[in-house]
Amino acid sequence: MMKHETIETNSGLLIILTLAVISIGGLVEIVPLFYIDGTVEEVEGVRPYSPLELRGRDIYVREGCYTCHSQMIRPFRDEYLRYGHYSLAAESQYDHPFQWGSKRTGPDLARVGGKYSNDWHVQHLVAPRSVVPESIMPNYPWLLDNELQYADVEARMKALKRVGVPYSETVEEYRANVEKFGEDVARTLDIGRARENLVAQAQAGNFDGNGARLSEMDAVVAYLQVLGTMVDFGQYDEGHFAQFR
Amino acid sequence: MNNPSDKKQGVQTTGHVWDDDLCEYNNPLPRWWLWTFYGTVFFAILYWLLYPAWPVGSSYTKGLFNDITYTVNGEEVTTHWNTRALFMRDMQSSPAAVRQREFLDVIAATDYEDLLADADKLAFVRSYGRGIFGDYCAACHQTGGTGIVGRYPNLSDDDWLWGGSVADIERTIMHGRLGYMPPFRETFDAEQLDVVAEYVLSLSGIDGGDAAKAQRGEVIFKGMAGGCFHCHGADGKGLPSQGAPNLTDSVWTIANVPAAETFDAKKEAVKGVIHNGVQRQMPAFGERLSPVEVKVLTAYVHQLGGGQ
Ligand code: HEC
Ligand code: HEC
Ligand code: HEC
Repeated sequence: MMKHETIETNSGLLIILTLAVISIGGLVEIVPLFYIDGTVEEVEGVRPYSPLELRGRDIYVREGCYTCHSQMIRPFRDEYLRYGHYSLAAESQYDHPFQWGSKRTGPDLARVGGKYSNDWHVQHLVAPRSVVPESIMPNYPWLLDNELQYADVEARMKALKRVGVPYSETVEEYRANVEKFGEDVARTLDIGRARENLVAQAQAGNFDGNGARLSEMDAVVAYLQVLGTMVDFGQYDEGHFAQFR
Repeated sequence: MNNPSDKKQGVQTTGHVWDDDLCEYNNPLPRWWLWTFYGTVFFAILYWLLYPAWPVGSSYTKGLFNDITYTVNGEEVTTHWNTRALFMRDMQSSPAAVRQREFLDVIAATDYEDLLADADKLAFVRSYGRGIFGDYCAACHQTGGTGIVGRYPNLSDDDWLWGGSVADIERTIMHGRLGYMPPFRETFDAEQLDVVAEYVLSLSGIDGGDAAKAQRGEVIFKGMAGGCFHCHGADGKGLPSQGAPNLTDSVWTIANVPAAETFDAKKEAVKGVIHNGVQRQMPAFGERLSPVEVKVLTAYVHQLGGGQ
């Protein structure tokens, strides 16, 4: 048996064993989630972000919006009444990193998609107090001024693919996506067509109200407008999601 | 402890000695600490028994609290303790939910006419409605529904784009609206724009204009050159089916005419609207809100000012 003294006088060994002991706490909580049924609910509609939404998400993270906004509605009555259906694990399965959070200086944004018009978002992000006089949210006028950089969007998608997001590179992967998400969505997940898709979505949506250019605002608003809208909760009965816990 | 001979009487050391004389006390743990520790161990065991805890294969131990009951499609479901089941139970049978439902059921069963005539029910509509109006509508229409000229219409006056009956308001909330007027920047030259604006201002009797210009504007407004009458009506009184406002009253929703001091400034405001057109969207709330919430909001908006 290893002696107390051996460990105590050997700092390398001490570090390794300390790490082993303290990681037990994490492991017993995390590892089972990978094989317990229903950790991630089976639900229709959740898909990875399109290239434009993905860029919007990156900017959301860059600007630190998560320091004031969570994206997780807890299963409590008061949260339901204010924000809508509680968030599902499945809804953030393609989020790396997820944006759950518990810091709510501003409201939760998990279901903000469709709540406001694009116009409102643009105006609110440029000057929040022009629409909500009491707001303490900062102004983000540069989102409208900055041109959207998307030359590296393929690389960003590939990076996410590596951690398990089903963006497709090969024909087989594309076919698998068609099977899983349908043809329209599968097309937006194709890395080879990412830039083309990004521009097409921005032009069709005209999220920033200026059709002539592609600004960071286009991407952020496209992202905000999709939050929480993927699952059609109408098709599940009230108790459906409770059975996964 | 530099000198082992200084050792306090009765205190043990761990037995190791470094650098000839460096040793370490091995004091017993304080009693309060030790008992707290045993307490947490006991708590953990109790917790494992009562609540879902240990993973077993692809499932887990469900704990002894197997009595969370809620109803799905008329059938009672009893299940183990978990936040989603607690949520269902809370939504269905917590005292606050039950009290609120009493009111909401009454509202759901009352038609608009009785609702707006009954002081008690209206009081509930006001207090509950103010809350959900704050959550969903005030970011655009502002607290109290006063709106922002040019962007979000005032809901507290008796002037309506899409009609102020409960049926119209309910439709607006359920399905949203797209207020659209085409830009005329390509259609009109400067002179035409000017005279049409003169005519528009003359419709609501604003002084300071040039009658001859207004007359020329009228021809454009009512003729195919402008085609304004298609949406605003030949009399300029607006067509609720198009969401086109009445231009003959003193209420302005896009062009900020009242805030402009001089006639020329007022004209510029109107010219801006005609030149650039309008495109603004009221989102649809039919999916986000429950039918009774829509009803409360409809009644709330109706009673804010000028429901018809
Ligand atoms: C300092 C904290 C803070 C930061 C940082 C912040 N917000 Fe906010 N946000 C707020 C507050 C407070 C509100 C509520 C008042 C309002 O609507 O402006 C809000 C409201 C919102 C809303 C409306 C939500 C609703 O349901 O009404 C959206 C959308 C939003 N923020 C997006 C963003 C985005 C995108 C960013 C990053 C670019 C961001 N916020 C950064 C504090 C913040
Ligand atoms: C994103 C901003 C936005 C939000 C949020 C919003 N509205 Fe609107 N609303 C508008 C706009 C813009 C119009 C004007 C549409 C038009 O120009 O035809 C409008 C029009 C209306 C009208 C018709 C007014 C008329 O004169 O006919 C009603 C009624 C109304 N809104 C009620 C509501 C209610 C109730 C809510 C909350 C559930 C709400 N709105 C939320 C932007 C908004
Ligand atoms: C396709 C229908 C349509 C046509 C054609 C049209 N309008 Fe409009 N107009 C609207 C609508 C709808 C609004 C209100 C938009 C809103 O509230 O979102 C409006 C608003 C206005 C306003 C602002 C009123 C206010 O209260 O601020 C003016 C002024 C106006 N129109 C003048 C004209 C003139 C002049 C013409 C012809 C050159 C014209 N419009 C042609 C639909 C139309």
